[in-house]
Amino acid sequence: MKIAVASGKGGTGKTTVAVAIATASSTPVEYVDCDVEEPNGSIFLKPEVTRTETVCVQVPAIDEAVCTSCGRCASFCRFNALVSLGTPPLVFPELCHSCGGCEIVCPVGAISWDDNPVGQLSFGVNSNGISVIKGKLSVGSVLAPPVIRAAKGAAAGSGLTVIDCPPGTSCPVIEALSDADFVMLVTEPTPFGLHDLKLAVETVRVLGLPFSVVINRSDEGDQGVEQYCEVEKIDVMVRIPHRREVAEIYSRGGTLLEAMPEMTVRFASIPGLIKERLL
Amino acid sequence: MKVAVAATGSTLESSVDSRFGRAPGFIVIDIEDGKFSFADNNQNLNAAQGAGIQAAQNVASTGAGAVLAPNFGPKAFQVLKAAGIKMYICSTMPVQEAVEAYKAGKLTEITSANVQGHW
Repeated sequence: MKIAVASGKGGTGKTTVAVAIATASSTPVEYVDCDVEEPNGSIFLKPEVTRTETVCVQVPAIDEAVCTSCGRCASFCRFNALVSLGTPPLVFPELCHSCGGCEIVCPVGAISWDDNPVGQLSFGVNSNGISVIKGKLSVGSVLAPPVIRAAKGAAAGSGLTVIDCPPGTSCPVIEALSDADFVMLVTEPTPFGLHDLKLAVETVRVLGLPFSVVINRSDEGDQGVEQYCEVEKIDVMVRIPHRREVAEIYSRGGTLLEAMPEMTVRFASIPGLIKERLL
Repeated sequence: MKVAVAATGSTLESSVDSRFGRAPGFIVIDIEDGKFSFADNNQNLNAAQGAGIQAAQNVASTGAGAVLAPNFGPKAFQVLKAAGIKMYICSTMPVQEAVEAYKAGKLTEITSANVQGHW
């Protein structure tokens, strides 16, 4: 089963919840860190990295001996990755989305493909036997989805897979959520938390994915999130109370369940609760 | 020769825009006869990326041999260089004054980008 942990708002506790689900599980777990712009699950899971892999995307390479400088490739490109000034085109690989259109419109077959590295995957296992796959976007690259796709594709997917998603509701989130069996939307009881939860709910509804809500720091803030979930008939699967010790232990790289061992039973029950929901 | 100036508006009294890629447009002036026109650059205002590239292509299509702006990012620089257009740095003054400064040889030509992308 693939559980994706997402949120609209950043900093609500996605990684905290994803790590808690992974560590509470009694069955084999793969933890896939798809928050590739700041993958921090490994800080808490502490896997021993045994292997890394470079993630590349395909970018056009121009054969200047064949190119007739017609400019069709450049006028086709919506991302300004190709520029023709009556010359063979200049290529800006970092802007290319690898759509392949330039190759199709080129009348003389002058375009082939080069690998452009955009990120890295690392693989490891931690002391509890949790397998961790971390996707990391290279500095300066903006193409998070290919790295996320590669990280998810590298998972064996045989047991429980926990996907730590990026924040927001844009392309990287859609890529991380796609093909999940269930989504846990983490939020906090504040106006910001509610506003961005609504966006996240709209997103998973469009994707047709079943989901529940986790309210972090549930005894703080206001009642807006609870009221919204009640009106929308959204199940709140977990409420994590606010405790100073959680922040203290977290700041030293410790986990939620180390700070609140009494929550372990609740987190361990999540895969079972989801199975019931999916029946 | 024609000179393009990144501008906030379409008259010679308009100010030079501080951004090359996301300037509203370019005033293209013929320095021999003083005739000028305005080349729109609005398609770039909301582009997430590649604004400098598109703006540089717009400038190239005006036939200008030189362009004046306070800043040029790395991609804009690369395209303008490939197009053989010389780049000169000027501060945010009225376009008319920038053109006079260019004609008087008071502006510095740059040989590399002077700001990072997304400046």
